[in-house]
Amino acid sequence: MPETNAIEMRGITKRYPRVLANDRVDLDVREGEIHAIVGENGAGKSTLMKVLYGLVPPDAGEVRLEGKPLVRHRPADAIRAGVGMVHQHFMLVDTLTVAENVILGEEPTRGVVIDAAAARERVETLSGEYGFELDPDELIENLSVGLEQRVEIVKVLYRGARILILDEPTGVLTPQEVRELFGILRALRESGRTIVFITHKLDEVIELADRVTVMRDGRVTGIVDAAQTTKEELAKMMVGRYVLLRVTKEEGSPGDTVLSVSGLSAAGRKGTEVLRDVDIEIRSGEVLGVAGVQGNGQTELVEIITGLRRASSGRVTLNGADITNRSPRHIRDLGVAHIPEDRQARGLVLDFTIAENLVLGRQHREPFSRLGRLCLDEMNDHAARLIEEHDLRPADPATEAANLSGGNQQKLIVAREFDCEPALLVASQPTRGVDIGAVEFVHTSLLSMRDAGAAVLLVSAELSEIMTLSDRIAVMYRGAIVATFDGDAVGEEELGLHMTGAGAGRSESQAAPPRAAGAPQRGRAGS
Amino acid sequence: MDRWTRYAGVLSPIVAVAAAFLVGGLVVTAIGESPFRVYAILFRGAFGSVDGFGLVLFNACPLIFTGLAVAFAFRAGLFNIGGEGQLYIGSFLCAWAGLGLAGVPWWIAVPVLIAVSAVGGALWASVPGMLKARFGVHEVINTIMMNFIAIGLTSYLVINIFKEPAQMTPQTAEIASGHLPRLAGALQAVGIPMPSANPLNASILIALAAVWVAWFILYRTTFGYEVRAVGLNQDAAESAGINVRRTIVLAMITSGAFAGLVATNEVMGFRHRFLDNFSSGIGFMGIAVALLGKNTPLGVLFAALLFGVLNAGALEVDVFTDVPRELILVLQAVTIILVVVGNEIFVRRIAAREARAALADTQAEEAA
Ligand SMILES: Nc1ncnc2c1ncn2[C@@H]1O[C@H](COP(=O)(O)OP(=O)(O)O)[C@@H](O)[C@H]1O
Ligand SMILES: [Mg+2]
Repeated sequence: MPETNAIEMRGITKRYPRVLANDRVDLDVREGEIHAIVGENGAGKSTLMKVLYGLVPPDAGEVRLEGKPLVRHRPADAIRAGVGMVHQHFMLVDTLTVAENVILGEEPTRGVVIDAAAARERVETLSGEYGFELDPDELIENLSVGLEQRVEIVKVLYRGARILILDEPTGVLTPQEVRELFGILRALRESGRTIVFITHKLDEVIELADRVTVMRDGRVTGIVDAAQTTKEELAKMMVGRYVLLRVTKEEGSPGDTVLSVSGLSAAGRKGTEVLRDVDIEIRSGEVLGVAGVQGNGQTELVEIITGLRRASSGRVTLNGADITNRSPRHIRDLGVAHIPEDRQARGLVLDFTIAENLVLGRQHREPFSRLGRLCLDEMNDHAARLIEEHDLRPADPATEAANLSGGNQQKLIVAREFDCEPALLVASQPTRGVDIGAVEFVHTSLLSMRDAGAAVLLVSAELSEIMTLSDRIAVMYRGAIVATFDGDAVGEEELGLHMTGAGAGRSESQAAPPRAAGAPQRGRAGS
Repeated sequence: MDRWTRYAGVLSPIVAVAAAFLVGGLVVTAIGESPFRVYAILFRGAFGSVDGFGLVLFNACPLIFTGLAVAFAFRAGLFNIGGEGQLYIGSFLCAWAGLGLAGVPWWIAVPVLIAVSAVGGALWASVPGMLKARFGVHEVINTIMMNFIAIGLTSYLVINIFKEPAQMTPQTAEIASGHLPRLAGALQAVGIPMPSANPLNASILIALAAVWVAWFILYRTTFGYEVRAVGLNQDAAESAGINVRRTIVLAMITSGAFAGLVATNEVMGFRHRFLDNFSSGIGFMGIAVALLGKNTPLGVLFAALLFGVLNAGALEVDVFTDVPRELILVLQAVTIILVVVGNEIFVRRIAAREARAALADTQAEEAA
């Protein structure tokens, strides 16, 4: 491995009003390596990359690119020094073609006319060289997310980048797309480019990276060779303690049917069907996992079950009672708890205190309300108890939810929803953006909920989560359930195929196909 | 959170008021008067005598009601610009009911008329509330339209149907019962020399009670909790099973009831009748009061008192100096602008301060 450093960052410190995002961070990335930066949400990975790319000036510290110090912290200077950033949120113009997007802002010209042919040619060369498989004339709006990401990468290469930064690139991809992306990144490494790759997925690190820098709370807690480490060791460096990476679940003992959904359809905003004839049954003491690429009807399914959206046809029953199109309060009062997919938007009132948030949904019932009066003492006792039981931090009922970390916000919701002993728990992306340590907690809680006899509907974009927790798995694609499996009778690869609609004709498969070794996991969009 | 951030809510209006006086002083200087003399006269007018302070409270009283109306709706995420219309309807119904109460003892008439005033305002506010909840029509537009309707309607009714016979003034006859007593008598009895002509009346006590009621509803009742939840995060409220539409309508109704209570001062306490066009903007001033009071019940009380001071002092300024009383309007407007701008600056300053302090901490730590 060549010993020159493509990137040298020394003593980078960046302070935001409430948090020290980078605390004297050193980063060395060798030329021609794939260097992973891992860390929990909020560890400071994105901040470090923004400093590198010149988007954020550090309070202290120095950046050297290929030996030369970066004097001014501006993207223009970083780009000139050969750095390219593939953003988490794509910045493409939907109505232009691939080639047009690539050259946008840096058009090759012949006189004053854009040289479209030259542009197409460049895109085609780049595309062929690294296996992008992009058609330069295709419109962006016709591309999948995975292909859009490739266009972003080509854009960066087109501008001459020798150092590529990818901030959580796998968050939005299916397992197959992840594998293809990794192929591309390896090809780029072969061509001598340096790649900095941010993730909080440990499998990806082990599979792809040469070296790894681990961050926690703004500091570097470890620099290791990927070949000489384990997921457990990385997790320990990330969290600061030993974590159970995969909770083990006992065989369940399902009872009577709790939730029954039959023939459920729903219309979307443009009159298209967002749900098509969905049938689901969940028994008590059973976890049904719903897998699928986001935007394939999972959100709508959850919203209809919880009363937040109207079904156009079909029936939802809870313990035999028809709850189709009933109000959220009615459904809640019948024993449905809901962990919404977007906790800040739907799960919490950020300006409410912990104590106030912990009664949200039960504020109108005893013991929190008597004759229309709020019972503050009961609310505070309740908060104190749940804070203690769930180790919420800070342990002060009067703290506003806005001042909690993402993990603690999620814990707050979990504490609240589990506390009402629901017959049905609907959990949407329950660990999205949650630290590994808190993931362990949420998973254990979900399973204890199940063992206590609740029916659990788990919707998650994390295949590993679905596979770990589910007794049965349903795959959604374009608003329909395209396949169902017993929890341990299917591998991630096969689920992945069904998620893209490619597994048609193989639904209800019994035999589990061999698990591909080191199969990449599908991730989520990070912060 | 650091000390400064916590007090910013209180400090920023105070700083803004101080700055407004500074600007007002410059204006006065430009006119050729001494700002010290003018302000001295202004405060002498407000605080120099029991009579003056009585006027302060009398002026503040309706502003407390309309300020509470705006603040309460704001807590539900609603912008009630309709205080003016709601207070006209409340006042008209109050007077109309009062006309029919001949022979009814005051201890029945007073509570009845208070209730009628509140219900009148509430009814008027319920219309934009329902339009918002049912059809999602923006309440700002509808409350404004409802103002025009209320003003026009009461004007028509008082001129064409309920006008006091044999009078030129477009006003109703005096209400038959349900007068609120002036406070001068009671104050004189305990040795406070309030002139009998001072218009301050028992409505101020209702206003103080209303401040407490607004606070109690918002922070001590389940309804208030739901109102605040809807105002802060409608989607989360909906997910939690709160009926958002119902809460919006009820919040509007409560807001309107506060505005309607202006009648207790204007009709029951002061004029004892409905006078066409009597308000001239009390409802709109309520928006300023709520803004200055940061939409909290206690803040509304203090903001209304400040406006009361300015109004009461304006009289003296007008009489004793060359400064036109319009200066007071300028002062009020400048205060509002500065509160809005100042708050923004204040909050940013504090954020920057915190960042610097934190950085210093880090560096100290590093040096150690
Ligand atoms: N623009 C900002 N203003 C204030 N705080 C920020 C800002 N950007 C990031 N932070 C904070 O800095 C910390 C590190 O964030 P980030 O670098 O995005 O972490 P990561 O990418 O590892 O998840 C977090 O606590 C985050 O809340
Ligand atoms: Mg990030």
